Amino acid sequence: MNIAIIDYESGNISSVINSFKKASSNLNIEIKIEVTSDSKKILSSDKIILPGQGSFKNCIKSLEKIEGLKDILNRFAIIEKKPLFGICVGMQMFADKGFEETETKGLGWISGNVKKINNKNNQFKLPHIGWNELSFNSDSKLFKGIKEKSHVYFVHSYKFIPDDEKLISSRTNYSEEIVASVEKENIFGTQFHPEKSDIIGLKVIENFIKL
Amino acid sequence: MLKNRIIPCLDVKNGRVVKGINFIDLKDVGDPVEQAKIYSDGGADEICFLDITASNENRDTIYEVVERTSKKCFVPLTVGGGIRSIEGINKLLKCGADKVSINTAAVRNPEFIIQSAKKFGSQCIVVAIDAKKNNNRWEVFTHGGQNKTGIDAIEFAKKMENCGAGELLVTSMDRDGTQFGYDINLMSKISSKVNIPVIASGGVGNLDHLVDGIKLGKASAVLAASIFHYGRFSVKEAKEYLDSKGIPVRI
Repeated sequence: MNIAIIDYESGNISSVINSFKKASSNLNIEIKIEVTSDSKKILSSDKIILPGQGSFKNCIKSLEKIEGLKDILNRFAIIEKKPLFGICVGMQMFADKGFEETETKGLGWISGNVKKINNKNNQFKLPHIGWNELSFNSDSKLFKGIKEKSHVYFVHSYKFIPDDEKLISSRTNYSEEIVASVEKENIFGTQFHPEKSDIIGLKVIENFIKL
Repeated sequence: MLKNRIIPCLDVKNGRVVKGINFIDLKDVGDPVEQAKIYSDGGADEICFLDITASNENRDTIYEVVERTSKKCFVPLTVGGGIRSIEGINKLLKCGADKVSINTAAVRNPEFIIQSAKKFGSQCIVVAIDAKKNNNRWEVFTHGGQNKTGIDAIEFAKKMENCGAGELLVTSMDRDGTQFGYDINLMSKISSKVNIPVIASGGVGNLDHLVDGIKLGKASAVLAASIFHYGRFSVKEAKEYLDSKGIPVRI
């Protein structure tokens, strides 16, 4: 299986590579991981991972800096409907719009907005950093074999609010209800970092590899 | 509900653990990677390496340690010690570190924190504040606690938050190594002043100190070194104890 990690200089991906290697060896499935922004390589892969760190605005900007990359991602995920996994800001970018720093147009794959977590007049510290519990909203292929209230690792100050509640596969609670993951046909996203979420995170990655 | 984190810290010198324990199943007691793996298997919420390598020619040893650790441990890994350039951060992150902890360079040049947070995101920039009590205030120290700066620790904490630090790792120099417990006043003063998570460090001698750090010191996470190194308590025991005291932890 060929998996491409989209390379658009959006932060640290070493952990993502390592966790996918570990998950595939747990499954005994051979995978080839390529970190790339090359359109041919992306389109010929079976699955892609869209990582993302930093601000929504900067991630979108970096994505747009690479000529044709947005179109290639659209073709892969929307036209060819091949599995795509967005992590953290990688997931947030599915939205129509983000409001970090300034209003920025997203990829528009899952309609909704990305807004700052309401920390109730500083009663809650931001970023939301650490291990928090998942509560499932719908049956998700990503969470097969994972128990309700399992802990995963979050680090973010902004949250994705999809218009369609049915596309939310899990939530967590920090000062308010926060979307922890979304799923729309072949498009998967987690606000948390599966690559840093120990055994549960590896299980999520294994489930994605098995799709 | 967000859980309070327990972070074991390992001092690493020339690629080797300085104060190691004798776990029976360890092949190499001095290998930071094996120790880190034991901690993460035991439920550590994060792992912290403090690189105390003094000589420049051996400074590269930490990269190899980080690279090997990130292939075995799938919890966040923070690395601190001697980080003073964007390239240095970049190299550590490329090797698999998730966060870097910056101390002396943050005091010397706060602009460095602004630039690093801009480039890598606040989520991976931890500012380590070493503070020592002086009359009614706490003063920031640098160079592993050797140099006075005259800077007020609480004001400095606020400044670092404004510069874009994602977390603060606060160590009491008065308590570090004493096993008398965290400096609760220092922790709670800083924690109430800033709106980013504070990691308490310095002075843990028993499990009640961890409880105090969270309950009284209002820390989001507690860091400890020797109580775990010398095998007095495992991470699992620490978590079970915190849980029994009503502190939310990941078990």
